[in-house]
Amino acid sequence: MSEQATTPEELLSRADALRGELGDSHSRFIEDIYQQAAEVADKVVSQTGQAGRFNLDRALDRVLTSPVWGLPIMVLMLGVVLWLTISGANIPSGWLATLLLDWVYNWLHTAFQAIAAPWWIEGFLVDGVYLAVAWVTSVMLPPMAIFFPLFTLLEDFGYLPRVAFNLDRAFAKAGAHGKQALTMTMGFGCNAAGVIATRIIDSPRERLLAIITNNFSLCNGRWPTQILIATIFIGALVPPVWSATASMLAVLGVAVLGVGLTFGVSWGLTKTVLKGEASTFSLELPPYRPPQILRTLYTSVIDRTLIVLWRAVTMAAPAGAVIWLLGNIDISGVSIAEHLVTFLDPIGWFVGLNGVILLAYVVAIPANEIVIPTILMLTLMVGRAAGADAGVMIEFDTARETASVLVGLGGWTLLTGINLMLFSLMHNPCSTTIMTIYQETKSLKWTTVATLLPVVMGLITTGAITWIARALHLV
Amino acid sequence: MEEQVRTEPLEEEKTTWRLSELKPGRIAVIDHLAIDGEERRRLMDLGMVPGTRVTAEFRSALGDPVAFRIRGSLIALRKVQTRQIVIKLVEE
Amino acid sequence: MEKIAVMSESNQALHPMCDGCARAQLIKMGINSGKWHFAVALAGNPNTGKSTVFNALTGLRQHTGNWPGKTVTRMEGLYKYGEYVYKLVDLPGTYSLLATSEDEEIARNFILFGRPDVTVVVVDATRLERNLNLAYQVMEIADRVVIDLNLIDEAERHGLEISARQLSRELGVPVVPTAARNGRGIDDLIKIVSDMATGQLISRPNRLKVYDSQFGQAVGEVTRSIESLYPGLPNARWVAIRLLDGDERIEKAVRTGELLNMVRGQNGDPAFALQGTAA
Repeated sequence: MSEQATTPEELLSRADALRGELGDSHSRFIEDIYQQAAEVADKVVSQTGQAGRFNLDRALDRVLTSPVWGLPIMVLMLGVVLWLTISGANIPSGWLATLLLDWVYNWLHTAFQAIAAPWWIEGFLVDGVYLAVAWVTSVMLPPMAIFFPLFTLLEDFGYLPRVAFNLDRAFAKAGAHGKQALTMTMGFGCNAAGVIATRIIDSPRERLLAIITNNFSLCNGRWPTQILIATIFIGALVPPVWSATASMLAVLGVAVLGVGLTFGVSWGLTKTVLKGEASTFSLELPPYRPPQILRTLYTSVIDRTLIVLWRAVTMAAPAGAVIWLLGNIDISGVSIAEHLVTFLDPIGWFVGLNGVILLAYVVAIPANEIVIPTILMLTLMVGRAAGADAGVMIEFDTARETASVLVGLGGWTLLTGINLMLFSLMHNPCSTTIMTIYQETKSLKWTTVATLLPVVMGLITTGAITWIARALHLV
Repeated sequence: MEEQVRTEPLEEEKTTWRLSELKPGRIAVIDHLAIDGEERRRLMDLGMVPGTRVTAEFRSALGDPVAFRIRGSLIALRKVQTRQIVIKLVEE
Repeated sequence: MEKIAVMSESNQALHPMCDGCARAQLIKMGINSGKWHFAVALAGNPNTGKSTVFNALTGLRQHTGNWPGKTVTRMEGLYKYGEYVYKLVDLPGTYSLLATSEDEEIARNFILFGRPDVTVVVVDATRLERNLNLAYQVMEIADRVVIDLNLIDEAERHGLEISARQLSRELGVPVVPTAARNGRGIDDLIKIVSDMATGQLISRPNRLKVYDSQFGQAVGEVTRSIESLYPGLPNARWVAIRLLDGDERIEKAVRTGELLNMVRGQNGDPAFALQGTAA
């Protein structure tokens, strides 16, 4: 019998020495577990009936992963989800806008005047805080209430692993981990969630790729922006019957471009700063599960939609206050907002956007959801102050009237719309996501890269498009 | 296409194959895993122990990972992995 | 319907024809930072319906997506049954406790160092063999183990018949067939977990025998060293086997004294073992 270790160090070195003497037998013992499990399973399981559902699953898989139909079906599924969201969200959005931005808004003003509140309290609370919250709610709630349940149904059905299966080779070619397909699709819901989901990737190099590129998955805060701008600028180019379809195709194009960027940026990083081979992994394709529609509706409305909406509202309220203050505190006779917008306008013009959009993206760093409301409020304040149609009372019951603000007051063109859609795809992640990236990477360097890389790419892209369009005299 | 594969005569002299050579629809039994370390464990985690029956089910849209039916579950494996799994073919 | 095999006499009381009687006494408490008497860990392969079991017991509505690796962090919830409050910890779904990915480490550390009073291994009845890998590994680490044979309805639909009684005999721990999606068997699970937590039911996991005598001697020697260095460590044999296998995480736990803290912190919060890994 050998001596006993008396310190942890002794224990470790003794175990090390023994491992050397043992050769292979230590790993064989662990493998015995697998053998044992197989034997017991054979003993207690017996096949008595027909394996009916395997066949249905097999038939589905043949189609959904087919070399011919696999990828088109994937794009088609996303397209159908988007089309249902766009065409379904319009009407309830209008109702909410009438209710919140018209009736309640006017009622609040009346109420404040009735109690003779000072103008600045009334303005700060009603035109600042309330207006931002109301806008976020009416712009975001309907598309989210449609998009989330549909996405959840696909998720519960078992489709996501098939997406990963189909795209695996492309990820391998880009030097990325196959599971990145899963974190990418999670990013379509929320980038912060997508970044956390990268924990399923073991290799640090591939995990970084997945974290940095997750921002190219359009998140729920950006879908409504995409949908609204596409409806106003792209949908308006075609006859009304086709407008939902055209808008859907535009948004789909941006989403697919995002997937392309995910591959491209992963590939580029693999070839430069994050060199390495893609590691192998085994993906399990779970059986298809008949979605429980009612339960899915319930949980996705309660858990996802309302939670995300609540987050948007809590971000919108202070943002609305800030915007109101910016618009109402004057420095040498001109509001701060106007100073900032005037300062940013030349930069905005250079990259085919405008000062309001750039300022809105600074104000909206806490949440992508509030980009559109911020843009609208700033456009109104700055536009009115500039004297354009100061007397006109604008209502925002439909996308058409939002369009009249942007085009009429803000001077937007089709080019501005397209550039905003691209910039919305390629800009810094929201502050929640940035913080999550830091928590997950513990690296200031990679957090900075993940934050700034998309902004730089976005500005270069919109700038290039703008100057090409100008050179060709398209605008 | 698949039918052609089935009627293809077996090379008599060859008794062991790699899993990467298994055509969709065919069945094999795992002989051994020609890898070590963590990769080996990961495959065993999925139930790939010698003697396990494996059926090649279908390829992915882009061709590379192939889905295999292993003890009731469907597992996608890349070619770099299946090249390292030695199998014996099973006659139907 | 499968009979439930349990290891003690209390199974008589467990099998009345009263469906829902355990649930009648179940109070789902959701997320509640209050006090609890017993910690119950929920382990299992990905896609075995673990989160569904978790939801059924705690009344929480954690989303249950159909893709492997969905749960990457652990989720906690409370429920009350009888006079005791149970803290249920939903661990990330893993195929084994051996590999090095973060989610497997979270699961492994909690079972090894977090000292749950009961560990429930949720296994997929339609893919039993692969799921038993994990069950065996958990049984190597923990003494108080319950097997939740979930998705039994799926297995029936696929024409599979599984003898829970025989499985229980083979493993030496109670086996409870459930179909958590529609609540079937959850009563039995609650009852068995409570019996085991309160010590009315004792399981004796069938651990693997070491056949290789040289390896057996080495395991014996290292186990004795560990036992004398860390008296009271409940799974010295497993730690020994892992050290002989060169498991870096366990080596680190020895070197940094983490292992010592595990033994000392008898009634510490089981969560502390996770702080090193979970962000």
